[in-house]
Amino acid sequence: MTEVLVLIDAPDGKVTKPSLELLTIARRIGEPSAVVFGSADNGVLAEYGAEKIYTLDDAAFTDFLVGPKAEALAQLVADKSPAAVLVGSSTEGKEIAARVALKSESGLITDAVDVQADGGTITTTQSVFAGNFTVAATVTQGSPVIAVKPNSAAPEAAAGAGTVEAVSVDISDAAKTAKITSSKEKAASGRPELTEAAIVVSGGRGTGGDFTEVEAFADSLGAAVGASRAAVDSGWYPHTFQVGQTGKTVSPQLYVANGISGAIQHRAGMQTSKTIIAVNKDDEAPIFELVDFGVVGDLKAVLPQATEEVKKRKG
Amino acid sequence: MTKIVVAVKYVPDATADRTFSADNTVDRVGVDGLLSELDEYAVEQALQIIEAGEGEVTVLTVGPEQAADAVRKALQMGAHAGVHVQDDAIHGSDAFATSLVLAKAIEKLDYDLVVFGMASTDAGMGVVPTLVAERLGLPAVTFASEITVEGDTVTIRRDGDVATQDIEASGKLVLSVTDQTGEARYPSFKGIMAAKKKDVQQWTLADLDVDAGSVGLDAAWTKVESFEPRPPRTAGEIVTDEGDGGAKLVEFLASKKFV
Repeated sequence: MTEVLVLIDAPDGKVTKPSLELLTIARRIGEPSAVVFGSADNGVLAEYGAEKIYTLDDAAFTDFLVGPKAEALAQLVADKSPAAVLVGSSTEGKEIAARVALKSESGLITDAVDVQADGGTITTTQSVFAGNFTVAATVTQGSPVIAVKPNSAAPEAAAGAGTVEAVSVDISDAAKTAKITSSKEKAASGRPELTEAAIVVSGGRGTGGDFTEVEAFADSLGAAVGASRAAVDSGWYPHTFQVGQTGKTVSPQLYVANGISGAIQHRAGMQTSKTIIAVNKDDEAPIFELVDFGVVGDLKAVLPQATEEVKKRKG
Repeated sequence: MTKIVVAVKYVPDATADRTFSADNTVDRVGVDGLLSELDEYAVEQALQIIEAGEGEVTVLTVGPEQAADAVRKALQMGAHAGVHVQDDAIHGSDAFATSLVLAKAIEKLDYDLVVFGMASTDAGMGVVPTLVAERLGLPAVTFASEITVEGDTVTIRRDGDVATQDIEASGKLVLSVTDQTGEARYPSFKGIMAAKKKDVQQWTLADLDVDAGSVGLDAAWTKVESFEPRPPRTAGEIVTDEGDGGAKLVEFLASKKFV
């Protein structure tokens, strides 16, 4: 079996759900080898199929931007000639992927929503043009470097050997430019991460700036909270939570749009959600063209009632 | 004196019916195009940097004949000069080939900073700034939400998902900026008139010493095998709230086993 390198994201050692999804996808192609910058919970990595765990440690990984990480991963790619390299399609993941692909002269696919292997051929699926088209693509050169979006597979446990191997790499001075002078962690909302959540409840202009009802409904469902560009531009909700072309693209099992008209810019970020619900006062809002279920009404009345009803049913 | 190159892309209008050509590339001719909205923020930031000090902004694009529209818009906003790299061999280039052409063109220009938008509004990979930086051997600070230039030092704030980072760099640098950097200006009448007199250089691959065989569809490291329009969503059930809208919503959720 051939080796598949999987770049693991593990803030404070805790392996993220998208990383477990990558390990699951890697098993379709070959034997997953986890690549960890710093340290991660190795038990979890083995539980989800990592045969090998390469750990790399260098102060440069945290002091500088992606340069050192990309150099290290590229050296690993040169050394192992893997069948594929899988990374999460986050801002940092895509940047590392781009540099590694160019260094190793390998084709790059970003924002994959599915990866399938048939014999030696790896075919990726991407959702393009605001989710209006799906594209099937293959890499024709090198070790395919594929950045995969969260929620592209359900993580499945399958025990791997989890053999830990410390890897030392040489980081060039050229990679150690653009120093991070300060990094301030954002306060955790206590809600699921927006791009990883199974349910997203979002609010737009129709909230009038008050997200109380939207947040309460989200919490009753254990959902992440999102916001439209109109709400973010008005300063009502932080940009981190913006769903749309210039924010996050989400593809949850359930998306509930409240007081959001559904402009192309927003649709680009949520159109591939499995089930879509909208609450809007305007019965002609374009969002209603997308929905599986819609309520024409005031979210200030509809959401509190829905929140109570969910709580009642959940007991 | 800060010399800034802003790389911009001519893209099909996102509000039009975007589609593909017979060779599986993005249709850039049959659909009306324009300067990518996200690149307007890059032009704006470059202009603000030189307005706060001294300098010059050159706008650079790689694309078909119509891409001249994107350069013109940036010139109307206030960029000083333009470069349009146009060559039939470039058609169908992937991000790697595009970054090669851009890097070669940037090397030919005198520059301190290279500024990009955060991503294009068509392919939207968001990796070209990083690839150009890699080719130029420079650091890239992507997704900047605030930029300050003082002398040789550039300070950038990045507002990420889990943390807000401050980054300091000196020397040549590649940046990409988000829409959080601030509203882009509209061209003024004066700007529109002035743009007509501004210099736009036309370059081909030969001018950049780029081998035609290293770009274009055949040189791409990835291949689009097929594309398919997403099936239209089947019309859902719409109810009007008559005091029971919330309850009905939850009934639907229950029918789909979400509660």
